[in-house]
Amino acid sequence: MATVGIIDYGMGNLHSISKALYYVSSGESIEISADPKVLASKDRLILPGVGAIGYCMSELARLGLDDMIHRYIETRPLMGICLGIEMLMAHSEESGGVDCLGAFAGNTVAFARPDAQPDGRRRKIPHMGWNQIRQTRDHQLWQNIHNDSWFYFVHSYYVVPENESEILGKTTYGPEFGSVVIRPNVFAVQFHPEKSQSPGLQMLANFLAWNGQAN
Amino acid sequence: MSLAKRIIPCLDIDKGRVVKGVKFLDVKQAGDPVEVARRYDRQGADELVFLDITASHEDRGTLMEIVEQVAGEVFIPLTVGGGVRSLADVRRLLSAGADKVSINTAAINNPDFIGEAAARYGSQCIVTALDAKRVSKADEPPRWEIFTHGGRRETGIEVIGWAQKLAGLGAGEILLTSMDKDGTQSGFDVELTRAVSDTVDIPVIASGGVGDLSDLYDGLADGRADAVLAASIFHFGTYTIQEAKNFLAERGLVVRDLVSR
Repeated sequence: MATVGIIDYGMGNLHSISKALYYVSSGESIEISADPKVLASKDRLILPGVGAIGYCMSELARLGLDDMIHRYIETRPLMGICLGIEMLMAHSEESGGVDCLGAFAGNTVAFARPDAQPDGRRRKIPHMGWNQIRQTRDHQLWQNIHNDSWFYFVHSYYVVPENESEILGKTTYGPEFGSVVIRPNVFAVQFHPEKSQSPGLQMLANFLAWNGQAN
Repeated sequence: MSLAKRIIPCLDIDKGRVVKGVKFLDVKQAGDPVEVARRYDRQGADELVFLDITASHEDRGTLMEIVEQVAGEVFIPLTVGGGVRSLADVRRLLSAGADKVSINTAAINNPDFIGEAAARYGSQCIVTALDAKRVSKADEPPRWEIFTHGGRRETGIEVIGWAQKLAGLGAGEILLTSMDKDGTQSGFDVELTRAVSDTVDIPVIASGGVGDLSDLYDGLADGRADAVLAASIFHFGTYTIQEAKNFLAERGLVVRDLVSR
């Protein structure tokens, strides 16, 4: 039986992602764990996250999970969700600058807080709610998901990968940013697939079937 | 491509049942929150809000079971509110499967509770519910204050400054209810909605007073709300969520359609 581990470093609500994975699974066992040994034994990992990235990164290090993740992604697939995508970049400008896991070259930057428009209207931050994803190329992770499908986002920062080829999907909120990124064994999304109804569930199912190849 | 305006049906739960009547279901299932949640999800609701109006503590466990069951099969954001007073309450609801927790009276007694909850669980899951009532006379500049106990008890807290304060403390979203309009079906207090929405960076959900689809449009377009909450027009089957979205889309607002899913 295939096994899936959800990385628990004490931040965030792992129940939603666990329930969604269980819903789409075809017999995989799903376990939430903070133990690097337990997680390292799984066939696939999920790196979720919400909150402040500085705190999340220091908790990963304290629990020995950062080294485990580096070794893990040499051989097996991992999916980052929401703050997970930001943690997989090299660096985040949040809270004065935080070094991150570096699975992707590039930075995480804040949405600019624009002045209110002349009519008083504001662009709200966080970017919260349903927005669309433009698929920048074909991939098995897009299987059965229409181009421009809607997904549920909640974030105040976004990733800027150095390698355009690592972007699999883009979303516009003020700037157009990479909302889905990929490299061998690492797939990461800025939105919450576990809260994005059918397209989100399909994407989780696609991850469970992914062979880890980026092309 | 841009961010969609959200339509959020609200389910008031008392002793494990949806109250205010849900007429679009057959009688047997009318009050079953799980069945109602399923229907709204299929119709294209963008989120669901459950408000626990149960008076007694003993019945709170029922709500947890409902949230747990809905979260296991409806994969859109779920907000749960009503009687949230402590970090332990927040944790219990998130563990049951809620994605956001709505805090109302507890923030009035202790605004730092919003900050503590946001620091512990993240701003994205902390909704602050403001029940506002207009206190200015017709010939005065508009002024609203926070009321509690269903609009019966005044607090003397001015709404705009209060909204800014709670946003600054870390609230992720504001659920703004006009106590003057709630239950009247005569439309949102658009002036209130706009005054709050234009003053904070975080999203505002307008609530209280929806009677028809043009009210939804007015709250979003003129009130500049990011989302609208409604109960009766959907519960009574006057309109489906899809009809509401079609109406808004025809008038140029961006809504999440179900075609491209």
